[in-house]
Amino acid sequence: MANNHKALQPSILVVDDELSVRDSLSKWFKEDGYRVGTAENANRALSLMNEGPWDVMLLDIKMPGMDGLELQKRLKEIDKDALIIIITAFAAVDTAVQALKEGAFDYITKPVDPDHLTHLVQNAFRAKKLTDENWRLRQQMSELSGADEIVGESPQMQKVIDLARTVAQTDTTVMIRGESGTGKELVARTIHANSSRKYFPIITVNCGAVPETLLESELFGHEKGAFTGAQYRRKGKFEMADGGTVFLDEIGTISQKMQVQLLRVLETKQFTRVGGNEMISSDFRIICATNRDLEAAIADRSFREDLYYRLNVFTIFIPPLRERRVDIPPLVNHFVKKYAASMSKPTIDIDPEAMDLLIRNRWPGNVRELENVIERAMVLAKPPVIRPEDLPFQMSQIQEQNSPQNDLLTSWEKIHIEKVLQKMGWNITRSAEALGIDRVTLYSKISKYGLKRP
Amino acid sequence: MSSILIVAISPIDRSLLDPLVEPLTRAFGPRVEVSRSQTLEGSFAFNVSRNQYGSTPLISALLDRFDDFDGRILGVTSGDLFVPVLTYVFGEAQLDGKVAVVSSHRLNDELYGLGADRKLLHLRLLKESVHELGHTFGLLHCNDYLCVMHSSTGVEEIDMKTERLCPECRGKLVSNTAG
Ligand SMILES: [Zn+2]
Ligand SMILES: [Zn+2]
Repeated sequence: MANNHKALQPSILVVDDELSVRDSLSKWFKEDGYRVGTAENANRALSLMNEGPWDVMLLDIKMPGMDGLELQKRLKEIDKDALIIIITAFAAVDTAVQALKEGAFDYITKPVDPDHLTHLVQNAFRAKKLTDENWRLRQQMSELSGADEIVGESPQMQKVIDLARTVAQTDTTVMIRGESGTGKELVARTIHANSSRKYFPIITVNCGAVPETLLESELFGHEKGAFTGAQYRRKGKFEMADGGTVFLDEIGTISQKMQVQLLRVLETKQFTRVGGNEMISSDFRIICATNRDLEAAIADRSFREDLYYRLNVFTIFIPPLRERRVDIPPLVNHFVKKYAASMSKPTIDIDPEAMDLLIRNRWPGNVRELENVIERAMVLAKPPVIRPEDLPFQMSQIQEQNSPQNDLLTSWEKIHIEKVLQKMGWNITRSAEALGIDRVTLYSKISKYGLKRP
Repeated sequence: MSSILIVAISPIDRSLLDPLVEPLTRAFGPRVEVSRSQTLEGSFAFNVSRNQYGSTPLISALLDRFDDFDGRILGVTSGDLFVPVLTYVFGEAQLDGKVAVVSSHRLNDELYGLGADRKLLHLRLLKESVHELGHTFGLLHCNDYLCVMHSSTGVEEIDMKTERLCPECRGKLVSNTAG
């Protein structure tokens, strides 16, 4: 921050007789962008009031000459809005309490936890109603990096984009539904990026991927010593998302116990870390997603109805790719460009016959599978074009899938999965990756279709 | 842009150093090297009652030792670092100066009761190295939570940010190093 913004720049005055305290706090706050003044005693502090106003002052309670209590009184006479934080040693906590009675904002004991110090100072500035200023600074932030756009020209996807933008303006809980690979996380990110929370983080938790035993600590954090080996405290995802959005993916997979805990957090926005008593408050918005039939899960009592109603306030349904084939060409072009850039390849065209195959394919793994196919084709293809032989399926298969007889959806999916499995030598991880579905889904499909390893 | 010399400070897991070279080169420029001949013995900065190493005396020692070196010094240690007024720091740097130090100690998932994750440890150390070196090039903390100059007081926050500078910080880095 430039010095000519002196008046706007939030400022902190550190008063302590110990050089190392002045130096390290001064550096700490400077790195945070504050204007910092330091004084080694009360007289110096009083004379520095001419260089004020100081938004926040940190005072050592024990200094030779005039002590912190007396100094606090004098500073308040000069600037009645002075916001004072007392620095004390454990031994002097009584005096610190006295300072609180006389109007100090809070006190810290040396050595102070850096995380605590950060929050305390933030709270102090919030109390000074400088939030508007901070907000202005945030607005000046450059474009947030890494936001991928939803690609889709079909009326169905235009509707999804419209819904996402509309609900983004509110703080409503959103549930995104759709098959695996349809891009639920991307929609969640779009909502976040279009909301007033966009300068705060969006934190993703894939509930299905975190082992049950770790999910609680993952979501709520844990205190030092909460379990074997936990030497240090760890913050959970809800705490990290303060101000922003929590995206709970695969919400349909969480246990009954977690469902109860989650319900409580959604109602109160408060929780304790595992092994702790301190009540943590966090201001977050919830977006969740599932490909599971939650209504059926309620019927068989594996998903709580009260949680369902708490989450299912505003639903966005993303249709499978096979129901919106007009989106395939723009998606293909998008992925070709993306991988051309990341593989440093020249731009590659798509042979019309190959594009035809891509459009006709059934895509059980949806957009993610399409992306995987394009990535692979980009590796195989000889520039300047992707040809049908660069794709992992042929017209004959697709004709089979499009034959009007029998349950073609199922039969085609079965054939497709079997082909991929064979090709990958029944390596489940690689096959699931190629299909754009997770391993659990692949296992269930293998058993559903009675597929057997040759 | 000036060169960067990575210096081991004992106690140190030396295998942490080499993986820093390439990504730091990408972040800051052409000459990043691990010093093969020099190791700073960290024990003089050890504080028995706190069971930690003072980061400020380590910075001073590196400053003395590499008086002749015209570039940035990144000291890396596996010891737990502190400054007297704080319970711990992940690293410390001279703002707009020459020397930065970082510690891998609290970046290790095992100390949080989780399984060892070597890759994550390397990545966290890289982020903290870029961050502290960023301070030596005059960069302050950044509001963009994806930017490596975002302030982190916990590993969770380190994990949230990327190892890259946001466009704004990158711009500042370029202009700070141009003159
Ligand atoms: Zn910093
Ligand atoms: Zn930045």
